[in-house]
Amino acid sequence: MNQVDAVNINNLSLIFDTNDGEVHALQDIDIKISKGDFVSLIGPSGCGKTTLLRVIADLQMPTSGSLEVNGKSPEQARKERDYGYVFQSPALFPWRTISGNIGLPLEIMGFDKSEKMERIEKNLKLVNLLDFKNKFPWQLSGGMQQRASIARALSFDPELLLMDEPFGALDEIVRDHLNEQLLDLWRQTEKTVVFVTHSIPEAVFLSTHIVVMSPRPGKIFDIIKSPLSSNRDLSIRETSEFLKVAQRVREGLRSGHSYDDEK
Amino acid sequence: MNKIFSGSFLPITTVILFIFALWYVGTVVLNSPFQKDVYKRKGVDNYTYSQLIKDTMSQKRPVLPPPHQVMVELWNTTVNKKITSKRSLIYHAGITLSSTILGFLIGSLLGIILAIAIVYSRTCDKTLMPWIITSQTIPILAIAPMIIVVLSALGIQGLLPKAFISTYLSFFPVTISMVKGLRSPEIIELDMMKTWNANGFETLLRLRLPSSVPFLFAGMKIGIAAALVGAIIGELPTGAVSGLGARMLQGSYYGQMVQIWSALIFASFIAASLVTMIDLLRLSTLKRFGQMN
Repeated sequence: MNQVDAVNINNLSLIFDTNDGEVHALQDIDIKISKGDFVSLIGPSGCGKTTLLRVIADLQMPTSGSLEVNGKSPEQARKERDYGYVFQSPALFPWRTISGNIGLPLEIMGFDKSEKMERIEKNLKLVNLLDFKNKFPWQLSGGMQQRASIARALSFDPELLLMDEPFGALDEIVRDHLNEQLLDLWRQTEKTVVFVTHSIPEAVFLSTHIVVMSPRPGKIFDIIKSPLSSNRDLSIRETSEFLKVAQRVREGLRSGHSYDDEK
Repeated sequence: MNKIFSGSFLPITTVILFIFALWYVGTVVLNSPFQKDVYKRKGVDNYTYSQLIKDTMSQKRPVLPPPHQVMVELWNTTVNKKITSKRSLIYHAGITLSSTILGFLIGSLLGIILAIAIVYSRTCDKTLMPWIITSQTIPILAIAPMIIVVLSALGIQGLLPKAFISTYLSFFPVTISMVKGLRSPEIIELDMMKTWNANGFETLLRLRLPSSVPFLFAGMKIGIAAALVGAIIGELPTGAVSGLGARMLQGSYYGQMVQIWSALIFASFIAASLVTMIDLLRLSTLKRFGQMN
């Protein structure tokens, strides 16, 4: 089979026109993401990591440069439902039960009822929420809600999973737990994941590749290919290999970000 | 005991008692000139104040009837009359209520359709919105007779013209709250629909409409009370012979303040019941969709 890159970005820039003049949200971005990779975008706020994810998802138009998702234009990829997007907040509809929420994209995409039920069941199992399928979102904890939103993004079996700081609002204990589950899920499903975060341990723990970004203008500072084996658990965070990668990320963040002009 | 003081019982009772006290004072002040006139004509000049106060409460055509007189009239025209009787308030209320409900239903539907048009089309937003707001600045009392006359010239008579006046008043709050409700989904939710390549209709059906339900009920609560006012006003200028508005009009023709007040109080009782009904509908709907916690 001819292997197409999951994401292929060449020389991409995005300029916002604001009242204060032009803001270079993204400048000269070059990146290739192969199928099956787990790529983290890490950087301080304002470095354009979320914007980059939104550009891949066709939620934002780049000003210049080229961009392909699964060998197609982002618009075409979106229309063919090539990716699932997990937002910062779970954004579950409060008037639908958990299974109703997970079935929502399936209804929109016109899956028939039996297949819909099957897929809801399968994905609830994947995120360990089967017992909660008839509960409403407010009856679940924040971590469970975010797991439900991951199940929703996976329900129509997209090849690519785009995640925008999905665990940013959760406490560290829950976050560790979800990181382990996500890694497990990634190994099981063999999806490509693009993951936005501002946590160094999270990025290093999860990723096969870590993209360090710097702000004003939003640029890629460093791309680190992780030497860690993909078969890892939380204890790997104590190894020297892990700490070395984390150190490199930290240095990248520090030199890419000049703290003097912080307002 | 604790419940009485912490709940709404005490404040509500206090206000009601205060209103009644004020009402009784008003009765004495407003009715005593006529009563003194009566005494003068009869040549009675040694009346006591307690006699005067007592007499102001039992006039046949008082300027301001005291609460108990209104209550007796209410009792006589509801419980003590057959529903089919032309003197039964329930009969008249039924006439007003039917055009209220019909007008309210048309108004709510119109409000929802207008709101969808406004939210989905910039042109509709720019062209319709100013007129919708202007429509409510025109005194309904001036428009009501015109609506009735024009519609009757077109051969539409009976329930519908009155219902249209209810519609005129009730579509507005529904439109305004529905516009707000349909625009209430957050950007993240709209983005999410976009990632699933949902079209405008699906976004309306599965996101915007469900999000607007709490707003719809808030609008309908105001709308149904306005619809009742509209139906009553629709009965005033047309010389209608039945309905609560007609009762009030006849009362004012014949100086029957007791009749006006009892029709008024009955109307406000109906309005309160209608608003409560919408509220119960809201609660049961929200409960069904798991939004009560």
